Amino acid sequence: MAALLEVQDIHTFIGQFHILQGVSLEVPEGSITALLGRNGAGKTTTLKSILGLTPPREGKVIFLGEEIGGRRAYEIAAMGIGYVPEYRAIFTGLTVEENLRIAERRKGDLKRKADFIFTLFPDLKRLYRLPGGQLSGGQQQMLAIARALVPDNRLLLIDEPSEGLAPILIQELMGAIRRLSAEVTVLLVDQNFQMTSRLADRYFMIEDGRTVRSGAMADLLNEPDVIRRYLGAVI
Amino acid sequence: MEKTGFPLWLRRHWPGLVILTLMSLFPFLAGLAMGDPAAVPPEIQGVGRVLALAETGRAKFWQGMVIQMFILAVFAMSYDLLLGYTGVISFGHAMFFGTGGYVVGLLVKHAGWSAGAAVGVLLLVALLQSLMVGALSLRVKGVYLAMVTLAFAEFFYILAEATDFRQYTGADDGLHGIYPPPFLSPTDHRTRFYFLALVFFLTMYLAARRLVNSPTGRVMVAIRENEARAAMLGYNTFVYKLVALVAAGVMAALAGALNAFFNLGVTPSVLSVATTIDVLAMTIVGGAGTLTGPVLGAAIVHLLGYWLNRLFGQTWVLLFGVTFILIVVFLPYGIVGTVQARSWRWRAVWRERWRRIKEGRKFPLPS
Repeated sequence: MAALLEVQDIHTFIGQFHILQGVSLEVPEGSITALLGRNGAGKTTTLKSILGLTPPREGKVIFLGEEIGGRRAYEIAAMGIGYVPEYRAIFTGLTVEENLRIAERRKGDLKRKADFIFTLFPDLKRLYRLPGGQLSGGQQQMLAIARALVPDNRLLLIDEPSEGLAPILIQELMGAIRRLSAEVTVLLVDQNFQMTSRLADRYFMIEDGRTVRSGAMADLLNEPDVIRRYLGAVI
Repeated sequence: MEKTGFPLWLRRHWPGLVILTLMSLFPFLAGLAMGDPAAVPPEIQGVGRVLALAETGRAKFWQGMVIQMFILAVFAMSYDLLLGYTGVISFGHAMFFGTGGYVVGLLVKHAGWSAGAAVGVLLLVALLQSLMVGALSLRVKGVYLAMVTLAFAEFFYILAEATDFRQYTGADDGLHGIYPPPFLSPTDHRTRFYFLALVFFLTMYLAARRLVNSPTGRVMVAIRENEARAAMLGYNTFVYKLVALVAAGVMAALAGALNAFFNLGVTPSVLSVATTIDVLAMTIVGGAGTLTGPVLGAAIVHLLGYWLNRLFGQTWVLLFGVTFILIVVFLPYGIVGTVQARSWRWRAVWRERWRRIKEGRKFPLPS
């Protein structure tokens, strides 16, 4: 299976801090790949480096066979990468409809995707005309994911979607991510190992800005020591 | 039954239509109420008398006040396209306003051009100027952007004050004798100029509304909220900011041109940072991020300035400062902004409650 996205040994600096010191990963098409690691390991920075928001100084980012390192963020996004940032990054001053419509890359995107989006997140239909700022945390998270589904994205980068959500909402969110992964490839970052371990097929583990392990999620689940050591999680 | 077509349009727009009607009747009402009957020959009667009264006494003065409000309102709306809608803090907006005045002034007075041709050229000049300033300044953000735009504005201010060009610009005395076509003279035909200003204001308001309600306008709002997020949706945010700056620059330049025609001249003070601060105050008082806010803000600041000045003389600035602080403290989103923010919530809550009552279900509201 050819990799949709390939990250080869990237080094990223924020100010003078050497945050990523050699992250490599591969996201095969049609999969959910999890990016694991403790707080501060460099997961979000990896996503931002892929997107060109914090461009890597060294290494390569290859998407659809093209080197995209060094391109502008909006150009990378327009190639078909959707980003769902952490902290429910919606536009609070725009209505639910406007939040979705603004994500259109071609006219009619929203019309074509509306049914799919409302099947995943039925709440959004009911809240269509409300300003995003009046939605609850869970609803805002749904909207943030829905927004990334409006254009024809090949890859979604989803950062900490379960953060601050009630367990029942996490269940709903997991269902939605599983269903949307039938249409689009996902690179998922989440602290909630229970969730990522059930969703993802493959994983890459980062520690101190370096990729330290990778493989099939099923194999990782057989190694409780590794999980405890790198993630502090118990399964 | 949902209303459609004209009834729906009327229901949505009646407040605006009422205000527009009042604005259109204002010169005549003012003429009847405040005109100087002694100044109109008694043989003129009927409609002619009302028209003539509007050109006399305090009726004429108050038309002038409202004309200035229209001009300032357009200037403030243009500033709000940047500050309120796109989140670009420019400290150089007076540059465009002043450029409008000086370009038409130089062309009309020194080149002998007609007012119409001068305004035509001004459109081009303002377009080029705002493109150039935008292309250079929008590369930086926040305070740095404010400083770069301030530097540009100061450049033009110094240029207008420079004694080297006194024969053209009048240096610190300003450029005087900028006459519009005689039939629109603000001294002889104040009411006609009033309607010119009203039509200008209305056109600019509708144009601005068209822009902010367009897909481009939504991207501008998205940039204001979070530029990186807007970029992540695939938008070249620089281009959108440039569009906002050019629209704002051209609008401000046109307002500046009308201002020069109304005052029959222009002085370097229109290019000063004080002019930018004024327009910033108008926008913030009225409510940044709305179009009616800056309009209301312009009217309030202009009227308040006039009355405070009349009542308290030189100390009016101090009192105005206190009023401004009070407004900012108690109406953090400006007058229109605060009312809108509260009514939005209020309306949304009631709409939701009503829907649930109709469905016969009772759930707590999403918060």
